[in-house]
Amino acid sequence: MNTTTTVVKPQPAKKPQVQKEDAMWLQKELLAKNYGELASARADNRKVSATFVPGNLNELLMCFNFARSLPETNALQNGMRKKSGKMIMDAERDGHSEDVCTYVKSDLGMMMGGEIGPTGEVLPKPDILLLSYTGCFTFMKWFELIRHKYGCETVMLHVPYQAEGRIAPNMREYVVKQLKETVIPTLERVSGVKFDIDRLRQYMRESAKAEEDLVAVLQSAKNRPSPIDGYFGAVYYIGPIFTAFRGTPEATQYYHVLRGEIEQRMREGKGPITPDGEMGEEKYRLVVEGPPNWTSFREFWKMFYDEGAVVVSSTYAKVGGLYDFGFRHDPENPLESLADYCLGCYTNLNLPSRVDMICKYIDEYQADGLLINSIKSCNSFSAGQLLILREVEKRTGKPAAFIETDLVDPRYFSAANVKNRLESYFQMVKQKRGSATGEPMVISNAARH
Amino acid sequence: MRCFIGIDLGSTTTKAVVIDENQNILGRGITNSRSNYDTAATIAKQEAMVNGRFHLFRQALGETRALNGLLDTFINQLERDFRAEQYLEQLADLEETCQRSLASANFGDAGAGVKETLTEVFRRLTAEAPALFAPGAKRKSDFFRDIAGSQYLATGEVVAKEAGTRYDHLLNVFDRSIIEVENRVYSDSIRRHLLAALERSFVALPETTSRRTQVEAPIKGILDTEMEETYVVGTGYGRARLPFSKEHVRSEILCHGLGAHVMYPKTATVLDIGGQDTKAIQVDPKGIVESFQMNDRCAAGCGRYLGYIADEMNMGLHELGPMAMKSTKAVRINSTCTVFAGAELRDRLALGDKREDIMAGLHRAIILRAMSILARSGGIRDEFTFTGGVAKNEAAVKALTELVRENYGELTLNIDPDSIYTGALGGATFAWRAIVEEGKTVEARAA
Repeated sequence: MNTTTTVVKPQPAKKPQVQKEDAMWLQKELLAKNYGELASARADNRKVSATFVPGNLNELLMCFNFARSLPETNALQNGMRKKSGKMIMDAERDGHSEDVCTYVKSDLGMMMGGEIGPTGEVLPKPDILLLSYTGCFTFMKWFELIRHKYGCETVMLHVPYQAEGRIAPNMREYVVKQLKETVIPTLERVSGVKFDIDRLRQYMRESAKAEEDLVAVLQSAKNRPSPIDGYFGAVYYIGPIFTAFRGTPEATQYYHVLRGEIEQRMREGKGPITPDGEMGEEKYRLVVEGPPNWTSFREFWKMFYDEGAVVVSSTYAKVGGLYDFGFRHDPENPLESLADYCLGCYTNLNLPSRVDMICKYIDEYQADGLLINSIKSCNSFSAGQLLILREVEKRTGKPAAFIETDLVDPRYFSAANVKNRLESYFQMVKQKRGSATGEPMVISNAARH
Repeated sequence: MRCFIGIDLGSTTTKAVVIDENQNILGRGITNSRSNYDTAATIAKQEAMVNGRFHLFRQALGETRALNGLLDTFINQLERDFRAEQYLEQLADLEETCQRSLASANFGDAGAGVKETLTEVFRRLTAEAPALFAPGAKRKSDFFRDIAGSQYLATGEVVAKEAGTRYDHLLNVFDRSIIEVENRVYSDSIRRHLLAALERSFVALPETTSRRTQVEAPIKGILDTEMEETYVVGTGYGRARLPFSKEHVRSEILCHGLGAHVMYPKTATVLDIGGQDTKAIQVDPKGIVESFQMNDRCAAGCGRYLGYIADEMNMGLHELGPMAMKSTKAVRINSTCTVFAGAELRDRLALGDKREDIMAGLHRAIILRAMSILARSGGIRDEFTFTGGVAKNEAAVKALTELVRENYGELTLNIDPDSIYTGALGGATFAWRAIVEEGKTVEARAA
C-alpha cells in the first residue's frame, strides 16, 4: 500500500468547462484507483468488505487486506453520473417503496443491473458486511437486504447513541469489547489474515496526520473571504478520508497538497473555486445542515455561487468523522480510539448536540444564517430538523431557511422551487442585515386605503 | 408625475400596482399570466396605469365638483364604456385572426362554410358586447380570453348548428387564434378608447351632457399628464423574465411581507395562498421578513387545487366559495393531493353527500395544509394578515378564522379586498424606496 500518487492533470482541452484544483484531480485519481482495486479484487485474490461512511473502520479493514467498498459512496457517485434514476426505478419495480432511502434503492438497482459501478467497472460481491451502527437504522435494513441477496457474512458493531450528549466510559468499553470479541475475530476468519495491532497503529498515525490537515482546510473558511466552500467544495475534500483511504499514505499526501493549496488561496485573499472558475464577491456566509443533492449537484451549487453565497461550514462534511472539536485517531490507544471515532460520528449525536454544533459554527465562522436541506427519503435525519431550525434561530438571532430535495432521486429536485426559496432566503438575509445596521426602513402609512 | 411600479408575475395571474411619490396607491392592474410573462407584465402594468388614470379622473372631478352627486355613476359608466371599447377592438382583432387561421386550415370543401359561420358568430358577438358591459352585468372573468372564449363557444355552437357547419372546425380556428390575440398589446389605442368611451358615457348619462366642458377639461388634462415609470420592481415566478437587471427584482417573500405590512402596519404573520405556493411569513415591526416557510414538492392546497376542483365540478372558480358557504355540515376531506381530492369528491357525491358540504370540507382541507406550513414557520402571531387569490374566497376565510381561533385563540385577522395585489404593492414600495430613500437611478423602464 505504500505507493505514492503523483498528481496527473489532464490537458485542459479535455474538460475545458470545469475548473478543478490540483487536489481535486488527485482526489479523482484516488477514487478511480479504489474502483479499480474493487474491480480486480477477485483476480487479485483479495477479499471484499462493504461498510458505511459514518463509523467507517477503514484502518481496521485494511489490517485484513480487504478491498473496501462503500455503498453510500457508490450511490452518490452514480447520482452524480446521472445513473441513479434508472437504478431507483428498477429497485421500485422490485418492490421497494417510494419512501425508502434512495441510496438504498440506487444500490439495489445497481445490483440488479449486474453490479456495474459508477466507473463502469463491475463491482465484486462483498465477502463481509461490516455494520458500524451509528444512528441510521436504515443501514441495518440495507445490509439485511444485501445479505439476503448475496448470503454474505455480516458483522455488527453496536455503537450506543449519545443520548446524553457525551461519551461515557462504559460506552467506550462496550464498543471495545465488541471489537475484541466479535468484530476482529470475524474479520480474521473471513479474510484469513491474522490481526496485527501494530499495523493498525501505523495506519492510525497516517490517519491523524490527514485529519490534522483536513481540519485546517475546513477551518480555513473562518477567513473572509473563505478560500473554500465548506459544503459543495468540502464534499470533495472529505472524499478520501471518509472512504477507503483514511490511514493510507496517499490520503496523507492528498491532504497535505490540499492544505497547501488552500493556504495559498488564503494568502492570496481568494475565495472558493467553483466549476465555473473563481467565485465572485462573497456576499453571504452560510452554515448548511443536511447532505447535498447529488443528481443536480452542479446546478444546486450554482444557485449559491451565482448569488455570492458561500457555505462556510456544514454538518454534512462531518458525517464520516467529527474532527474539528479535537478528536484524532490515536495510535497509542487504537481500539479505544476506534470506539471514540464511531461514538462521535455526527449521525450518532442527539438533537441538542447537533443544535450546539450548528450554533457554534454560526458563531465561529461568522455566518449569516443556517440553511437546512432536508432529504425527502431520509427518515432518520429529516426528523427534528425543523426543531433544529427554530432553536438555532432563537439562539443565534440569525435567519434560517428550509428546503427539501433528495439524495440521488432526480425526480425530487425541483430546480425552480429550490432556486426560488434560496433567492428569497438570500434577500431576506440581506434585508435583515440592512435593518440591523440601522439603514432607514421608513414605511409611510399613506398607501393604506 | 413620478410613478413607482411593482409587478408580481404569478403562476396564474400577473398583478401590477402603481404608487405615487407619497406612496398613495394610484392604480392596480391584473391579467392572466398566459405562458408569456413579457406580455403579462406589460399588460398588467398598462392596466394599472389605466386604473391610475381613472383614480386621477375621480380625484380631479371630485375636486372640481363638476359632477356633484353623479361622480361615482359617471366614473363607473366611463370605465365600463372603456372596457367595452377595448373589448370591441380585441374582438375585431380576433375575428381577423380567426379568418387568417382559417385560410391556413385544412378543412377542404368545408372551408367556405366555416368562413361564413365565423362572420355570423362575430356579428352576434359584437352585437352582444354592449350587454356584457352594461351596469350590473355579471362576468365570470375580466380577462378577454375568458369572456370572448365563453361567448364564442356558446354562440358558435348555436350558429354552427343553424348553418350545418362542424362545431369542431370553429373550435380549431379559435384555439389557433386566441393565443396570438391575447399576446397582443394595445397600448396605442388607450387614449383613443378613453375619448370614445367619454362620448359614450355622455350619451348614456344625458344628465351629464350639460356639464360636458367642466367634465372634459380635467379628464383631458390628466390624459395629457405623463405618468412616468420612475422605477419598476418585479417579483413572482416570472421575475427572471422581466427585462431588467437584478436590482429591480425582489423575491415574492420579501414583497408579500412588505406589502402586508404596508396594508396593515401591525402585521406580524402573513399567510399568502397563491396559485401554486402557500407562504407563511413572519415579519418584524418594520415589515422585514424574519422567517418564512413554503409548501415543498407539492402544491396541493394552493389556488390551483381549487381550480382543479372547479373543473371537476364543472363550475367557475369563483362559485366554489359561495357554494361552500351554504354548507350545513362539513364533510371531512382528508386528501392533501389535488388529484386524490378530485377522486374523493366524486366518491362523496356518489355516497350522497351534498355538494356544498363537500365544498366546505375541501376548503377546510386547504386551510389545514396552510396551518401546518404556518406552524413550521413559527406559528401565528398577532396581527395576522391573509393575502393572495385564495383570500378572496369567503369559505377559505371562514375555515381559516375557525382554525386560527381553535389553535391560537382570538387575534386580529386582516384581509384586504385587494389582497391579491399584496406582492405587487410590496414591489412598488421597494421601487419607491429605491428612488426616494436609497437615491437609486433608473436603469430600465421598458417592461
